[in-house]
Amino acid sequence: MKAPALKKVGATPVPFRDSRLAIRNLGVPTVDAVMVEERAAAFTKRSIKTSTKLAGLKMAVAMCDLTTLEGKDTPGKVAYLCRKALAPADPKYNLPSCAAVCVYPNMVKYARKFLGDHSPVHIASVATGFPSGQYPLRTKLEEVRRVVGDGADEVDMVIDRGAFLAGDHAKMFDEIAATKQASGPAHLKVILETGELVTYDNVRLASEIAMQAGADFIKTSTGKVNPAATIPVTLVMLEAIRDYFFATGIRIGMKPAGGIRTAKQALAYLVMVKETLGDDWLTPDRFRFGASTLVNDVLMQIAKQVDGNYQGPDYFSLP
Amino acid sequence: MNRLDVKKTYKLYIGGKFPRSESGRYLAAKSPAGQHLDNFAHASRKDFRDAVVAARVAVEGWGKASAYNRGQILYRAAEMLQNRAGELVNEIARSTGVTSVKAKREVTLAIDRLVHFAGWTDKYQQVFGSVNPVASSHFDFTTPEPTGVAVVLAPDEPALLALVSLVAPVVLSGNTAIVVASEKFPLPAATFAEILATSDLPGGVVNLLTGKRAELVPHIASHMDVNAIVDGAGDRELAAKLQAGVAINLKRYFNRAAADWFSARAEEPYRILDTVEFKTAWHPIGV
Repeated sequence: MKAPALKKVGATPVPFRDSRLAIRNLGVPTVDAVMVEERAAAFTKRSIKTSTKLAGLKMAVAMCDLTTLEGKDTPGKVAYLCRKALAPADPKYNLPSCAAVCVYPNMVKYARKFLGDHSPVHIASVATGFPSGQYPLRTKLEEVRRVVGDGADEVDMVIDRGAFLAGDHAKMFDEIAATKQASGPAHLKVILETGELVTYDNVRLASEIAMQAGADFIKTSTGKVNPAATIPVTLVMLEAIRDYFFATGIRIGMKPAGGIRTAKQALAYLVMVKETLGDDWLTPDRFRFGASTLVNDVLMQIAKQVDGNYQGPDYFSLP
Repeated sequence: MNRLDVKKTYKLYIGGKFPRSESGRYLAAKSPAGQHLDNFAHASRKDFRDAVVAARVAVEGWGKASAYNRGQILYRAAEMLQNRAGELVNEIARSTGVTSVKAKREVTLAIDRLVHFAGWTDKYQQVFGSVNPVASSHFDFTTPEPTGVAVVLAPDEPALLALVSLVAPVVLSGNTAIVVASEKFPLPAATFAEILATSDLPGGVVNLLTGKRAELVPHIASHMDVNAIVDGAGDRELAAKLQAGVAINLKRYFNRAAADWFSARAEEPYRILDTVEFKTAWHPIGV
């Protein structure tokens, strides 16, 4: 397989990470569930109109990871998704391309073939035994090396929730660190699957461990478990990112995924990022939406803003 | 001591729920003598947008329900209407100022009309479909199918009977409807929505908006997800606006105003054809 064009990490070597050396569980604050939910609800009540709305919607398009993670995925569907990511709508709307396409490991090579080596659209592949993560580390790492070899720019790994919930945080840490090493130049997104972590405290702790173990992004969900991304859970993770930045100066990205279907929701997320982390994170390099149907609703809202009339799904491509 | 009157605020009916207008606005319903009867929601363009979304969602299930099932449900709606006829008679009489004898005539006819159209659900395909003789070895069928989401504009009078006569032929074939109720006398329509909510009609099949027609019409005309407009409002200026707008997505427009709603002509099944599409299938013989 031909080596793809990937972003070079430069001369800095990947730091050696080991759970034994990490400051584990120390200083991870507990989460005030009531206040998180209050604050999260407040983000949905902002009134964003006209040119601000249009700018926000365009930003949301640029941050979308167009996703297809189904057993029935075919090279044709992936090609279709790539085409849509490159040009989400009619040129008259002057939209950016989407950030990435997110596919299963077997589909990476088709996406790379379709997009070529110098595409503005990245290829993200889920890996490490998506969606459960209940596989031996050896096969997980083999999978990661393979998708990177096939041309993935980004690896979306799942954590071993079983290990985390059983209290074996070291195992989770070491797996993430090993995956980070195996993914080489590719960006690593760590999926916490917050729907299975049950409490906000767990989400906060898992975020902390993932960031210390070398995640470039932390991501809420696989999209296969309900509840997937919610505003409160994303807020907990954003606050973890903020505190990690204050402690280390390292900017970790965030990707809520699953359950974000409307433009209105997307705008609420953007407001939350802006007010929790600031403008530095309002870029596709640090914030992404993992979604399949969201982009069509955003496009319909953009068309409504530009053309002035309410739109219907018949006039947009399939989600 | 006089008891303080409880003034009801009639709400919108969207997707099987009764929301207030998104805008928070409401209007006062007055009797012909100027007496304040009750309040009703003043729908905004966003309420209309929400209603279209609800109707689009509902069209999936309602369009696929069997004709027999749709007939049963519409008949059930007629039963519920019958059950609460007294309430509607009162509503019509106090809103429009007609005698209760006249109001009763209207309600009775509305019930009969709903029963009449309920019967058409499993008959209109046979009557309007056809088996076509063709020169090759094919069976060739033409069958009517529901067109999708339709907007129905009801006239001011007769507030209930006209609304029922306009909506029934639209929904019986499997379409869903957004009804813009009489602007002058919205209360009978709002009560009718409350009756529909307690019949077996799935949420979103009939949605009811009250308020000002002129405010909604430009958005109805330009909405890309509306497939047809059945205009019974009888307002020439608004009709022109609707007709001008339909070209944008080739939605169908039918002006069904100015009929005598009490006559048998308002019952003719040809109204069903306003909101159906004809599909022709060629099926090879002997395969």
